[in-house]
Amino acid sequence: MLKVENLYASYGAIRAVHGISLEVAEGELVALLGINGAGKSTTLKAISGVLRPIQGSVMLYGEEIGNRKPEAIVKKGISLVPEGRDIFGGLTVEENLRLGAFASYDRARYKEDLEEMFGLFPILKERFHQAGGLLSGGEQQMLAIARALMSRPKLLMLDEPSLGLSPAMTDQIFELIVTLRERGTTILLVEQNAERALEIVDRAYLLATGSLEFAGTPDEMKRKVDLTSVYLGGDEDETCEVRL
Amino acid sequence: MIDLEFAINTISLGSLYALLALGLVFVYGILKLINFAYGEYIMIAGYAMYVLGGFGYVPWYVTLLAAVLFAALVSYTTELVAFRPVRTKSMTAMLVTSFAVSIFLQNFVLITVSPRARAVKFPPVFSQTLTIAGATVPVRNLLIIGSTVVLLTLLTIVMKKTVLGIAMRAAADKFTTTRLMGVPANLVISATFIISGFLAGVVSVFWVSRSASVDPLTGSMPLLIAFIATVLGGMHSLQGAVIGGFVYGLLFNLLSIMLPATMISYRDAFMFVIVILFLLFRPEGIWRKGYTEERVG
Ligand SMILES: Nc1ncnc2c1ncn2[C@@H]1O[C@H](COP(=O)(O)OP(=O)(O)O)[C@@H](O)[C@H]1O
Ligand SMILES: [Mg+2]
Repeated sequence: MLKVENLYASYGAIRAVHGISLEVAEGELVALLGINGAGKSTTLKAISGVLRPIQGSVMLYGEEIGNRKPEAIVKKGISLVPEGRDIFGGLTVEENLRLGAFASYDRARYKEDLEEMFGLFPILKERFHQAGGLLSGGEQQMLAIARALMSRPKLLMLDEPSLGLSPAMTDQIFELIVTLRERGTTILLVEQNAERALEIVDRAYLLATGSLEFAGTPDEMKRKVDLTSVYLGGDEDETCEVRL
Repeated sequence: MIDLEFAINTISLGSLYALLALGLVFVYGILKLINFAYGEYIMIAGYAMYVLGGFGYVPWYVTLLAAVLFAALVSYTTELVAFRPVRTKSMTAMLVTSFAVSIFLQNFVLITVSPRARAVKFPPVFSQTLTIAGATVPVRNLLIIGSTVVLLTLLTIVMKKTVLGIAMRAAADKFTTTRLMGVPANLVISATFIISGFLAGVVSVFWVSRSASVDPLTGSMPLLIAFIATVLGGMHSLQGAVIGGFVYGLLFNLLSIMLPATMISYRDAFMFVIVILFLLFRPEGIWRKGYTEERVG
C-alpha cells in the first residue's frame, strides 16, 4: 500500500535522508531501525508531509502523495505518532481524541471509535476530562496512539513509542502494537530497540546515516547484521534496554 | 476615593484593554508574531464608521456593525495577501511584513481620505451618562463592560466547545502536530486573523467614540496599549491577555487618581517604568501558564 522510492529529505542544507526506498504491504508490521540520527524520524516526517521531500516519490495505493500537505496526507489515511508523543498538554484527553478524529469526523463513528479506544486503553476513560499534560509518560504515549487511531488510518506510523518509558510500560506498548496488528492495522514502526522490535515485526529495514543498510525478515537481519551496532550509540535507550 | 464610579470606570477601561490585548495575542499565539498592523485594523474600522456615517441615511447600528465586520475582513485580507506568502520564511520576514502592512494601511487612508483627523458621528447614547447609586457613569462605559462580557463568553464557548476552537488552542501549542491531525494550517491562521480583526473592530467603536474622530495614526496608541497589556499579563495565553488588560486599566486609573496634578502628564512614563520592571523581573507576565514557542513552519 505504501511505496517510497529514492527519497531524499533535508533540513535546509543538512541532508538527513538520501535515496531511501521502502515498501509496506496491507496488514504488514514493518520496522525501520537504526541508531540515533540515522534518519528514521526524518523518513517518517517526509512520508507524513511534515517535511517536503526534495526528491523521490511517496505513493499510497499507487497515488503520489509526496508533495501533499500533512493535513491532506492524514486524510488520505496515513497517521503519524510523532517522536516524543507530542500530545496537546493543555487540552483534555477528550479534546486530544476529538482532534484525532478531525481528519474523518462522523458523529456516529466517533462515538463508536471512542468506545473502542476505551477498550484498548481503559486509562483514557478514567482520565477523559483531565489535561493531557497531567498524564504519565506511558499514558501520554497511549493517548498519542489512540489519537492517531481516531482517524481510522490505513497506515499507522509510530516513531519510537517506547522512548523514555519504563520497562513495564515498554512491554505494554509492544503488546499493544501486536494487538493492533492482529486487528488488521498496517504499521510502520520506528525503533531504536532493534532486538525487541525484531521479535514482533514481519520485515525490517535498517537505516544508517540516511541510507538503507539492509532490508529483510527479522531472521535474515539477525543472521547478517550485528545488532549490537544498531542500538549502541543510542543515548536514550537505558530505560528500554532489551531484557531477554 | 475607591468608590463605585471609580470601580465601574476601571472595569470598563480594563475591559476595553482586555479586548485589545486579546486581539493581539490571538495572532501571537498561533504565528508567534507581534502583528504591528493590529492597530491599523482599529484605525480602518474608524474610517469605515466615518464613511458610512457620512452618508447620513445609514442607521448607526448598521454603521457600527459594518465597521466591526470590515475590520475583520481587512485583517483576513492582510493574512491572505501579505502574511501567508511569507509564513514559512523567517520570523524577521514576518515582522517586516507586519510593519509594511501597517505603513501601507496608514498611507492608504492618508492618500484616499486625508492626513488630517475626520469627525466620526456617534449616536447620542455614547455621550450620555447614567446615575447608579449616586455614581455618575458614562453609558459608553457600561456598553464596553456589556460587550466585553458577551464577547468573552462567546469566545470561551468557541475555544472550548467547537472543534475549530479546540484546533486553535492546539495549534497555539503545537502547530505541526495539529496539522498532523488533519487540521488545515490555513484554516486555523485565517480564523485567528478574523477573530483578531473582529476584536479590533469592537475596540475601535469604543476607542474612536472617545474623541469622535479618526486619523491615520489612530491605531498606534491602541497597539502600544495592547502590547504593554500582554507584557504585563503574559504573551502565551488568552487568559494572560485578559488579565493584562485589566491590570493595565487598574494601574492606569490608580495612577490617574494618585499622582499629583502636576505629574499627571507623566502617567505614561510611569506605565513604562512598570513595564520595564515587569520585563526585568517577570518577563513571562502575571499568567505564566501557556503554550510553547514552536513557530509555524
Ligand atoms: N530539525 C532538524 N534540523 C536540522 N537537522 C536535523 C533536524 N532533525 C534531525 N536533524 C538531523 O538529521 C539527521 C537524522 O535525524 P533523525 O531523522 O531525527 O534521526 P533518527 O530519528 O533516526 O534518530 C541527524 O543527523 C539529525 O541531526
Ligand atoms: Mg528519531
